[in-house]
Amino acid sequence: MSTSEGPVTGPDADRPADDHAVATSTVDVTKEPAPEASRETLLEVTDLRKHFPITSGMLRRQVAAVKAVDDISFSVRKGETLGVVGESGCGKTTTGRMIMRLLEPSAGKIVFEGHDITHMKQRQLRPLRRDIQMIFQDPYSSLNPRHTVGAIVGAPFRLQKVKTEGGIKKAVQEILELVGLNPEHYNRYPHEFSGGQRQRIGVARTLALRPKLIVADEPVSALDVSIQAQVVNLLEDLQDEFGLTYVVIAHDLSVVRHIADRVAVMYLGKIVELADRTSLYESPMHPYTNALLSAVPVPDPDKRKGRERIRLQGDVPSPLNPPPACRFHTRCWKAQEICKTVEPPMVELKPGHQTACHFPENAPAGAAETVAKSAAL
Amino acid sequence: MGDEKERTETLDGTPAAAEAAHRPPTAFLEVRDLRIHFPTDDGLVKSVDGLSFQLERGRTLGIVGESGSGKSVTSLGILGLHNRRNANVSGEIWLDGQEIVGSTPDQVRRLRGRNMAMIFQDPLSSMHPFYTVGNQIIEAYRIHNDVSKQVARKHAIDMLGRVGIPQPDKRVDDYPHHFSGGMRQRAMIAMALSCDPELLIADEPTTALDVTVQAQILDLLRDLQEEFNSAIIMITHDLGVVAELADDILVMYGGRSVEYATVDDLFHRPLHPYTWGLLGSMPRLDRERSERLLPIKGTPPSLINLPSGCAFNPRCAYAELNDGRSETERPELKELEPGHSVACHLPLARRKEIWDNEIRPKL
Repeated sequence: MSTSEGPVTGPDADRPADDHAVATSTVDVTKEPAPEASRETLLEVTDLRKHFPITSGMLRRQVAAVKAVDDISFSVRKGETLGVVGESGCGKTTTGRMIMRLLEPSAGKIVFEGHDITHMKQRQLRPLRRDIQMIFQDPYSSLNPRHTVGAIVGAPFRLQKVKTEGGIKKAVQEILELVGLNPEHYNRYPHEFSGGQRQRIGVARTLALRPKLIVADEPVSALDVSIQAQVVNLLEDLQDEFGLTYVVIAHDLSVVRHIADRVAVMYLGKIVELADRTSLYESPMHPYTNALLSAVPVPDPDKRKGRERIRLQGDVPSPLNPPPACRFHTRCWKAQEICKTVEPPMVELKPGHQTACHFPENAPAGAAETVAKSAAL
Repeated sequence: MGDEKERTETLDGTPAAAEAAHRPPTAFLEVRDLRIHFPTDDGLVKSVDGLSFQLERGRTLGIVGESGSGKSVTSLGILGLHNRRNANVSGEIWLDGQEIVGSTPDQVRRLRGRNMAMIFQDPLSSMHPFYTVGNQIIEAYRIHNDVSKQVARKHAIDMLGRVGIPQPDKRVDDYPHHFSGGMRQRAMIAMALSCDPELLIADEPTTALDVTVQAQILDLLRDLQEEFNSAIIMITHDLGVVAELADDILVMYGGRSVEYATVDDLFHRPLHPYTWGLLGSMPRLDRERSERLLPIKGTPPSLINLPSGCAFNPRCAYAELNDGRSETERPELKELEPGHSVACHLPLARRKEIWDNEIRPKL
């Protein structure tokens, strides 16, 4: 998206002028990520940390802390989709909530469009809410059952006191149409809709004020397979149309591969690997990423015999007392002495492919030295 | 046994039903024309409407479908867990020569746990929070076996060890909330297997779990099946899971089965448009990344008011190829090739053509 064109005048302003832009064959042209340097950074997260205190006694003295997110850094460029994957308890939702500023970070910095929003007050945050919006996981509990669709989707306009041409109702109906709902459903209640339609209502509410960044926390995991695909396609269409930037948090690696341009893999509050989609799925470097990918069941009966699967032993350790140094060493088959004593730093071993491991796989020659050097620093 | 047969006969008074009841079942588990309907204020909910399948020992049947397709209701029906006051169950379920639908609750209770057992989706809500894991396994074991508490406890420890719980002699005294999600599911499996059942029904056993834990549980089920030679019914919405585990697959839609085939046929030569839709909806890690998923349009139907004719017709991309027949006439499940049954009006040759030329290249 070039900046020289000035403000975008319509949904298709910077599209090639053919009518088949939505058709399958041409979408890939617009979806292909632009060269990295040419894209502006929209969100920059540095050393972000969230520790939830555990208190005890009458004085509520802090006795321990759940290290939900521990020193993670990443950036999101304009127009791209960053996927965040990991198992339950890895801190992916906490990360999303901190970006939304629904949770106060314990340390670190969140910079959105050049403004430090890490510790903004509620009042200062209000204008920001127009630019950062969230799609929630559960389409049943995230919509107020006593409000009509019109009230739900129109709420952002009222709260932000946005004047729209032709009134709020018209604006809402336009958005409903955009997400594939019937505008005549304006006066219906959420219970009259199916799960997939409810998720569309959630997406409509999110889109109302044309945000710049959308944080989607497991946007399709509560939906049936056939409906999942509808919502994934909808999110992609909307991104193409409005140049949206997504942070998609999900546990389903296949969905993330489909939707994301870059992917961050989290384990116990840390990002262990961050790379371009293709690089991550074709040559994963961190042993944990390898294990995750090999654990996904493949819908092809021929592959069940020949496939070599990495069996991870045991469960994820408690984030209350995570293992020292490399947090994965207790379950890692490559772990050696150094993994228990020195925390592996996040190192860019290939352009656009960072990982935090002493013994990365699929790594270019000389990677071990690079890691050792960075670890010594 | 003898007087049971007579009772079944008197229950289903019609001669045809009596005749069917006399037909000796050939398979270990045979379900014939099972119907489970729930009368409600809004109308009759036909959750399962004419379902038939068979299963042998040592084999795994995957039942696939979306929410509301009747897959879980089927499993509860086999276990005889539906309250007869709320549900109308008809048809036949033969388990190792014994008919379940016509049996008394007492007879079914004796089968349940001993001959058939179930693994539920959410192990936290299906275990009792007040009792230790060990107590719950011991209770189930002692109901069916006349043994002392000590012997039962030893057996419980043994079972927990077998499903891969570390230090089973200590963990046996833990409460369910002390266990992680994966361990709870293992304990649940230990409980289900404690009486060495011949039929194990697993209802979405890994849906609530993380992928790495899911892989562990699937491996465990596979190993245990080899060891016990039990028959497994695996109910899931995840085609990946059934591809890993099942020998045969039954695809359900709107309370009926639309395709019933071996795992190879279903994934390599599926013949029902709904199965094609499911395969196209899934993003897959084992293929080149497709730019676009191919969803099924519309939403799953209401079970109170199923579309006339083929229940899938409003969502089917090929319904109009039948001159409206899909909208008026319900397709029967027909065996088109040995071991491959499909319920669809489209001519077989046309369907094969569509699969080869239109669907498969896009997957």
